[in-house]
Amino acid sequence: MGAIRLDFPILRQRIHGKPLVYLDNAATTQKPQAVLDALVRYYAEENSNVHRGVHSLSGRATDSYEAARETARRFLNAADPNEIVFVRGTTEGINLVARTHGRTHVGAGDEIVISEMEHHSNIVPWQLLCEEKGARLRVIPVTDAGELLLDEYERLLNERTKIVAIAHVSNVLGTINPVADIVRLAKARGITVVVDGAQAVAHMPVDVQALGCDFYAFSGHKIFGPTGVGVLFGRKALLESMPVYQGGGGMIGRVTFERTTFADLPYKFEAGTPDIAGAIGLAAALDYLTAIGIERVASYEDELLTYATGALREVPGLRLTGTAPSKASVLSFVLGDVHPHDIGTILDREGVAVRAGHHCCQPLMTRLGVPATARASLALYNTREDVDALVAALHTVEEVFG
Amino acid sequence: MSAELQDLYQEVILDHNRRPRNFRAIEKGCKAEGFNPLCGDRVTVYLTVDNGVITDVSFQGSGCAISKASASLMTESVKGKTIEEVQALFDRFQRMITAPAETPIDNLGKLMVLAGVRQFPVRVKCASLAWHTLRSAVDARDEVVSTG
Repeated sequence: MGAIRLDFPILRQRIHGKPLVYLDNAATTQKPQAVLDALVRYYAEENSNVHRGVHSLSGRATDSYEAARETARRFLNAADPNEIVFVRGTTEGINLVARTHGRTHVGAGDEIVISEMEHHSNIVPWQLLCEEKGARLRVIPVTDAGELLLDEYERLLNERTKIVAIAHVSNVLGTINPVADIVRLAKARGITVVVDGAQAVAHMPVDVQALGCDFYAFSGHKIFGPTGVGVLFGRKALLESMPVYQGGGGMIGRVTFERTTFADLPYKFEAGTPDIAGAIGLAAALDYLTAIGIERVASYEDELLTYATGALREVPGLRLTGTAPSKASVLSFVLGDVHPHDIGTILDREGVAVRAGHHCCQPLMTRLGVPATARASLALYNTREDVDALVAALHTVEEVFG
Repeated sequence: MSAELQDLYQEVILDHNRRPRNFRAIEKGCKAEGFNPLCGDRVTVYLTVDNGVITDVSFQGSGCAISKASASLMTESVKGKTIEEVQALFDRFQRMITAPAETPIDNLGKLMVLAGVRQFPVRVKCASLAWHTLRSAVDARDEVVSTG
């Protein structure tokens, strides 16, 4: 795995005179040369609108765009490429489900179940839906270690529960949630399950058929692809039954001023010119990851996480938040009474990029009883040397705040 | 440790962070709440004004060393000043923390320990949150201000 770093041009730079140690992968990942090349190649050789033109370039752009869809299908092991909808990212994917499936299936007095560890993007769309429909948001509590209380979850499910929306991996705690179990319990009661896969896909194999979920959303930029593009997987029967999301070009069958018929899947949900380059860049990222082997990445990162956990525990005054046995890629921590922002600033001067703040999880911060945490998050190009640099920089924090 | 870091985290700032001055509520008077949605920093500024003069001022809240020290130093430097003087001081303070590095800055007395912030543009909002909140407390709008 050592040579992988060389595939990422941005990692060669220095920050404040120190080699860049990029540990903010849960916020966004860096892009390998293969993705940058795919973007340049598309704009230099194929740029054209898709599904529109009769000319050659449009045909090539369409082929590449649809090939990207097939790549995403294969990556998630979806049954059909029509189950792959390109969206702007996880946030739009979840909003799409809430605004279409949610609005038609959730009514007054119904319930939507989420968890205490959700990102704001898997809270707010459901909250808006609940407000609109007079429905109720129920929340699965988490333990101090950062695990979902599955008994509590099961108790929350009832005949009014219409949707369960859950993160595959927590962006703050790193907890890998038992999604297959969560789905099984929900499906036994006929409840729709939406999975926020933003923090999972770059770190472990994901098979939507094995998980059994109805919807699965992820963002391209968190898996070494471009920003502005993401994937929403939805089971075909559900996608077919759902009303449209946005209206516009590309999603129509026939338009008159009296009425419009809509296009078949997946175009029904892709109004307007899509992010063609983004989808192609994302496919290049998925191909890149597949070529390395996602299983291999998962086991490499697991070993690195164990090493980092041990190293951070040696830092005096450091407390990890999120210590679930089943964990991926994320190390959130507090250090004595030093505010995470101050940690972030000092680490940055040492070339170490981490995130400090509430990580778009204010309810979870309240649950953990901290205003904020510092977070180091790993990706396949990180090494033990990166972890050592983080630990050394944390000693500078101690030096400043003594 | 770099010179910029030493500039930012001067002993005075660390001291105000550890032992913030005027860290209390004032029961009778006006108050305003400030919030930085980007980082979750929160501050409440309390004050009493008599005849256009700030007779007492205090704060409470949670935040980083810079925001806490800035709030603490602010309470010390505005007490006894008129509203107009405080407004002028805020303007000069804002100029100081956003001035390009290496340019000369006004003599703002004790507040000059925060001049190091200008080398850390992402931390400017930490230093100015309490001041924005003070201004809205003066306006007695009693509402949450946001620096996001």
